[in-house]
Amino acid sequence: MNAAARWARRAPLLPALIFTIAVTQLPFVATLVISLMRWNSLDPRNRGFAGVDNYVAVFTDPDLRSAIGTTVVLTVVVVLVSLLLGLGLALLLDRKFAGRGLVRTMLIAPFLVVPVAAALLWKHALYNPEYGLLNGALTWLFGEGAPQPEWISGMPLTAVEAALVWQWTPFMMLILLAGLQSRPQDAVEAARIDGASSWQIFTHLTLPHLRQYLELGALLGSIYIVQNFDAVFTITSGGLGTANLPYTIYQTFYQAHDYGQASAAGVVVVVGSIIIATFALRVVSSLLREEGRA
Amino acid sequence: MSRVWGVLAWFSGLLFFAPVAWMVLTSLHSEPDAATNPPSLTAPITFDSYGEFFDSNPWPPLINSLSASVGSTVLVLLLAVPAAYALSIKKVDKWSDVLFFFLSTKMLPVVAGLLPIYLVAQYSGLLDNISFLAVLYTSMNLPIAVWLMRSFLAEVPKEILEAAALDGAGLVTTLRRVVAPVAMPGIAATSLICFIFSWNELLFARVLTGVVAGTAPVYLTGFVTSQGLFLAKVCAAATVVSLPVLIAGFAAQDKLVQGLSLGAVK
Repeated sequence: MNAAARWARRAPLLPALIFTIAVTQLPFVATLVISLMRWNSLDPRNRGFAGVDNYVAVFTDPDLRSAIGTTVVLTVVVVLVSLLLGLGLALLLDRKFAGRGLVRTMLIAPFLVVPVAAALLWKHALYNPEYGLLNGALTWLFGEGAPQPEWISGMPLTAVEAALVWQWTPFMMLILLAGLQSRPQDAVEAARIDGASSWQIFTHLTLPHLRQYLELGALLGSIYIVQNFDAVFTITSGGLGTANLPYTIYQTFYQAHDYGQASAAGVVVVVGSIIIATFALRVVSSLLREEGRA
Repeated sequence: MSRVWGVLAWFSGLLFFAPVAWMVLTSLHSEPDAATNPPSLTAPITFDSYGEFFDSNPWPPLINSLSASVGSTVLVLLLAVPAAYALSIKKVDKWSDVLFFFLSTKMLPVVAGLLPIYLVAQYSGLLDNISFLAVLYTSMNLPIAVWLMRSFLAEVPKEILEAAALDGAGLVTTLRRVVAPVAMPGIAATSLICFIFSWNELLFARVLTGVVAGTAPVYLTGFVTSQGLFLAKVCAAATVVSLPVLIAGFAAQDKLVQGLSLGAVK
């Protein structure tokens, strides 16, 4: 191919590429620069080079340190629990039963409620100690003297996690169900004829086949949940130890106006995400290679 | 035995669906009936909450959300479809590096670029501007769309493309007769998924918009007042705002997995 032909091939790609670099990469470079600056918009004259001060502040500020911990706990708990529930549901849906399509549709619905709306729904219609559905259900089950816990103030982080698990389980279920349905049926048949039990088929055939789907679900889920803002913002407003990094950064810059420190925290989130992303890209590229072989 | 699994599946389905059903049911009750303990299932149905919601003039935020979502989806398709073509049918060199570059931008957390974007908007007078928000949503969805469209276009059979070339079919004919029929369902699914992600977005909208360009999710967060009974009204608002996403999601149901996994899972 000569140069002109190569550029003719590249031409349709260039607008998307240039747009992406301009809108996603340049701001990050700017964040890196600002993270090395002393810059609070309430004190504009005192602006200058700060070196690594903001990073020291990020790792020594108790609020930001606990935000790092909260982010890790929130992400790991939500991803693992929704992955396990999703696996159970996918196994159930992989069987034939009356009304399977309808059950599948009902299970997808939580993922299709706008995240802010879902957070409001959980906060007011389910968790409310006086008239929420959860305590209402307890009254139904145990009558007048039923325990009426304060869900959000009693277990704030769990409350946020439960709402997120509810939304993300359908996502995991869909990916794992697609994995189950792409399982080679002849191997399962052969194993059954050879007298393998259902449990043996599950542990020796199904789980190994599902492994990359489990990885894909976990990693895509992590990418989205690490960044979660809506649920923390709506359910607890970051109070009671539920402030994760996105929420804390939002506050540092939106309310405290400390641009330097907010940027340094942003860079820390990016480094964490790059670690997750490296694994994620490896999983996706292994799926891509398989597609190439098929 | 198999009957037990079916019952368990139904039970789980109903359990997961219950909060959604509860949201809709509560929105159809009067405020006093919505806030009882134990909850009332059989209270009379009323559309008062929807009336009050629409009386509170939710149209500007709903229209803002619609323009940001539709505008960014159109822009995404204009950029992503040609790019996907150059990454699948007439491949550029190092096409897989380019694909992974697009994906890696999706893994960069939104908060990391938020401040510079805010400052740019502030200095160029683009705060509280819905077009600026649409441009940001385009960048948020473009990697997803490029990956998805590539996975759809990769399904165009090579033999037919070669046969068309042998018959002397020009670019336009090939695109119209061979590529478009395969790509159309893919374009539809991609648009629906981009629409959902834009419609749902809160952080950018919250930081970059105000009274003029505020979107529906921003409006929802401000909808809860601390006074009086408001539960039925909140549920009505949440239902109305979620409705477009529920419709788009069920319409794209068969392609939803492929879309959410960026085309990696069929």
